[in-house]
Amino acid sequence: MNTAGDDVRPDPDRLLAVVQAEEAQRRRGRLKIFFGACPGVGKTYAMLQALHERRREGVAVLVGVVETHGRKETEALLEDLPRLPRKAVEYRGRTLPEFDLDAALASSASLIAVDELAHTNVPGSRHAKRWQDVEELLDAGFDVYTTLNVQHLESLHDVVAAITGVRVRETIPDRVFDRADEVTLIDLPAEDLIQRLHAGKVYMPETAQTAIERFFRPGNLIALRELALRRVADRVDVQMREYRAREAIETVWPTRERILVGIGHPGDESLVRFAARLATRIEAEWIVVYVDRIGARTAKEERERTMAILSQARRLGAEVTTLAGDDVARALIAHARQRNANRVVLGWRPRSAWLRLWRSPTTERVSRLAPDIELLVVGLPTRGRAARRVLTEDAGRTRHPYLWAALACAATTLVAWPLSRIFDLSNIIMLFLLTVVLVSLRWGRRAGALAALLGVLCFDYFFVPPRWSFAVSDTEYLLTFVLMLTVALIIGQLTARLRLAVIAMRQREQRSALLTRLSTALSGALTAERIVEIAVQTLEAYFEAKVSLALADANGRITGRTGGSAQVDVSVAQWVHDHGEMAGACTGTLSAATGCYLPLKAPMRVRGVLVVEPAATAPWELPEDLAALEACAGQIAVAIERVHFVDVARDTLVQMEGERLRNTLLLTLSHDLRTPLAGILGAAEVAVQRSGGGELAEFLQRIVVQARDMQRLLDNLLQLAKLQSGATRIDKQWHSLEEIIGSALRHVEAAQGSHRLQLQLPPELPLIEVDGLLLERALVNLLDNAFKHTSADTNVELRARLEGSEVIIDVADNGPGFPVEEPRILFEAFRRGSPESTVPGMGLGLALVERIVNLHGGKIDVRQKQPHGTIVTLRLPKGTLPPEGAV
Amino acid sequence: MNAAHILLVEDDAQIRRFVRMALQDAGYRITEADGVKRGLIDATTRQPDLVIVDLGLPDGDGKRLITEVRGWSDLPILVLSARDQEREKVAALDAGADDYLTKPFGMDELLARLRALLRRYEVKTPDGIVRFGDVEVDIVRHEVRKRGEPVHLTPIEYRLLAALMRAKGAVLTYRQLLLEVWGPGHAERTHYLRVHMANLRQKLEDDPARPRYLITELQVGYRLMGL
Repeated sequence: MNTAGDDVRPDPDRLLAVVQAEEAQRRRGRLKIFFGACPGVGKTYAMLQALHERRREGVAVLVGVVETHGRKETEALLEDLPRLPRKAVEYRGRTLPEFDLDAALASSASLIAVDELAHTNVPGSRHAKRWQDVEELLDAGFDVYTTLNVQHLESLHDVVAAITGVRVRETIPDRVFDRADEVTLIDLPAEDLIQRLHAGKVYMPETAQTAIERFFRPGNLIALRELALRRVADRVDVQMREYRAREAIETVWPTRERILVGIGHPGDESLVRFAARLATRIEAEWIVVYVDRIGARTAKEERERTMAILSQARRLGAEVTTLAGDDVARALIAHARQRNANRVVLGWRPRSAWLRLWRSPTTERVSRLAPDIELLVVGLPTRGRAARRVLTEDAGRTRHPYLWAALACAATTLVAWPLSRIFDLSNIIMLFLLTVVLVSLRWGRRAGALAALLGVLCFDYFFVPPRWSFAVSDTEYLLTFVLMLTVALIIGQLTARLRLAVIAMRQREQRSALLTRLSTALSGALTAERIVEIAVQTLEAYFEAKVSLALADANGRITGRTGGSAQVDVSVAQWVHDHGEMAGACTGTLSAATGCYLPLKAPMRVRGVLVVEPAATAPWELPEDLAALEACAGQIAVAIERVHFVDVARDTLVQMEGERLRNTLLLTLSHDLRTPLAGILGAAEVAVQRSGGGELAEFLQRIVVQARDMQRLLDNLLQLAKLQSGATRIDKQWHSLEEIIGSALRHVEAAQGSHRLQLQLPPELPLIEVDGLLLERALVNLLDNAFKHTSADTNVELRARLEGSEVIIDVADNGPGFPVEEPRILFEAFRRGSPESTVPGMGLGLALVERIVNLHGGKIDVRQKQPHGTIVTLRLPKGTLPPEGAV
Repeated sequence: MNAAHILLVEDDAQIRRFVRMALQDAGYRITEADGVKRGLIDATTRQPDLVIVDLGLPDGDGKRLITEVRGWSDLPILVLSARDQEREKVAALDAGADDYLTKPFGMDELLARLRALLRRYEVKTPDGIVRFGDVEVDIVRHEVRKRGEPVHLTPIEYRLLAALMRAKGAVLTYRQLLLEVWGPGHAERTHYLRVHMANLRQKLEDDPARPRYLITELQVGYRLMGL
């Protein structure tokens, strides 16, 4: 039943998300941003002051990179802080100082200051942007202090540009800002700032003097300041909501909203930014969709622009999808329904009445077809001329499409000329229309349009009376011309679209055929080498590119072992493998690399890296090709993982078989050695009884003693063999140490003789998780050694105590001690303290003890006792008792 | 002559021979058998007071003999085997054996175990009081005294002690003890047992680390000695 009490309980999923986020935060370093409305408010100064403060608290700080712009106060603050030298990066013949990320990662500092978060790195650096460097520092667990101005936030970029008229190139995704652990607003009233500006305390590049003046107008500054304040307030708002989620203050949680954004026109960047702001404000997920219309091949530039918008959306935190469909509105609605998006955001541009007649805008169609979906229409300016959809022509065949169109019309005229005497002019028109259809089909839309125009002109000039003239005797022909031109144009356009639809379809089919072919070929591969071979062959043929695979070894290192012809930069490949993200020429990360690097992500882990190096033209830059490449990488990864697990299973089987064999062997050996020994021992004992004393009895007694020694030796030997061969696993259970010691003492009763044995066992010793028999054996061996290697009447002590999470057991004697040079040697199997000792025992004892202690994750330590004697110390982890053990 | 009659089931002629000699010297009567079948026939027809049985016999496993004998008699059974793995011991004891000795063994040890097992039938408690060492247990009033001083035992500790007393010196495996004291469903919780046994030793033994009565058979079970 849903009682009132249930309502206020935090939603478990939401709570889990909060906990997981906190978990990730704890491992990540903390990011603190010193945030300002504009340059010159003193962010860097504040950051350095904070750094000093932390340093006084004993935190190891490091200045990664700081721009002082020659400001004296700032430089003074910087003086006694440890600074990281800049790395010189070569770019176009100039050497530029850049932040040295690798040195920072290698440093021992825990807090690193990195100025100007929005900075763009010199091309050829690992990341394109400095915020990516900072992300890597945070991931590596460093705390980072950094500075940022409001105009660098991606979502506010437009707004700031509109206010100030200055467009900044360097932006950071809002999520970096939102994910920061702490944001300190460095605030300065506008008048003070202007004063500082006049006092020369604000740095701006001298070249843009007019821009500065425009930028630092009081009106601008006030607006910027308000923007910054509001953005920080938004953050606080989000934090408060998170707090409420944790503390279950709100009673009813709204279902999470999902926004769908349709793009496809230049200038939709603003639409995406608007959606980003909206999504953040209402805490919604958002999906940006581009509908690729079948048959409408778009110009390469336009396509690139669309891709740029999509990747911008991804940076801003959106999910990005490309759909294929003939009808944009229907495709959008279907996807919205499928993803349960309750709002759709579309852009609206003024368009001419003609166009509206031809096809109603997508916005209208969406609202008509799906009235239940909330539609948000954002007005957008027509920026210059809206880029028209342009045909992409097939490069090889269409070098001179217009020439061919003209020739086709000429040929048609020549053919029609003799026919015109026999046939009616209306049939001649048909002939020209046929020409237009053929031209459109072969050379595309524009050539078709030209053919239509030329066809009308030819028809007029050569066939319509008066011939050899553009003049027309019968005005009725004017209507004929208009109709002919219109029909020719329409047919031509339709035909061209059909052609492109066929081309697009063929390409899609080819891509899916590629995937099928690849998966069929891979399913038959049994070795990783074969997989590499198949993948390289298949992909090279399809993408007309050089392809390589670099596989990771068991430790996750990309080795030199690669296949294929593309050049592999091992360090880039390693980065891609470690981060599981694409990099290289086709992305913004490590874009200086020659190829495109894709991680081979399998369900368990990344298995390697796929490297594709484009031929001169780069066909796979198209989004579909990149997606196909990713899909291929996934298939290859799964295939490699499958082969890997086949190997693992086989190895395990072999290992299990070997273990079983060794176990049987040892058991048989043990039985076969024990039985005759039992015979010797028993017979000797009976013989002692019956000999009636004297010298013979003494000899027989010696046999008994030796046989017992032999038995102990045999036990140790077999036990060691079992442990070393891996034939036995240790059987850890919760034991009372007292019991184990008691049991061990019973075993050494005979060996004790006249040695004194003192026990120190505190009664509060906890249960410990050990293999009782093995620990007993270890103690028996230690006590045995203590008794055997010392003269009678020696004191032997056995002490146990609890120290933190370890149980410590000492076995000490005040005998002669051991030859001191190298205590480690004592542990080596088949070696004793003094090589030719008369005391029986092969020195197996300590080797076995060490082995047992190691198996329990403990440590053994032998040292001299003062003034003489030996102390052996065992340290064993006591383990954590299971909850039901609380008796 | 009422010397105890012992049946020795063992396939190794050497061992049979010296065990027979040793036991005869100690005053027992011996019957020898070299396999499970022969052993079972002798166990039924010769009416021994105790059976010593090897586990690895040519015509079957000694555990089969133990199970069969337990079907109709509770005469003491001592296992004598070269198998030194604890799970073998536990299996034999669970099958109904009373004690277990690993080859090679000392003759004194063997004789001591035999004496203990045979004495079980002489232990009489006419006054309802069981004694071991300086400990007295009044089984009617559930009262325990050590050197005349009353010792307070928790109910579980008392049940544990009572179970061990009932076994009269035989080894009880962890499983048997858990079953008897806690009932079914707790057979895996041996650490319960260890904690309670430690308490019991603290209360009844002079030196808990070197117990004289509550003896641990590591990884196998417990026994009460000194009855």
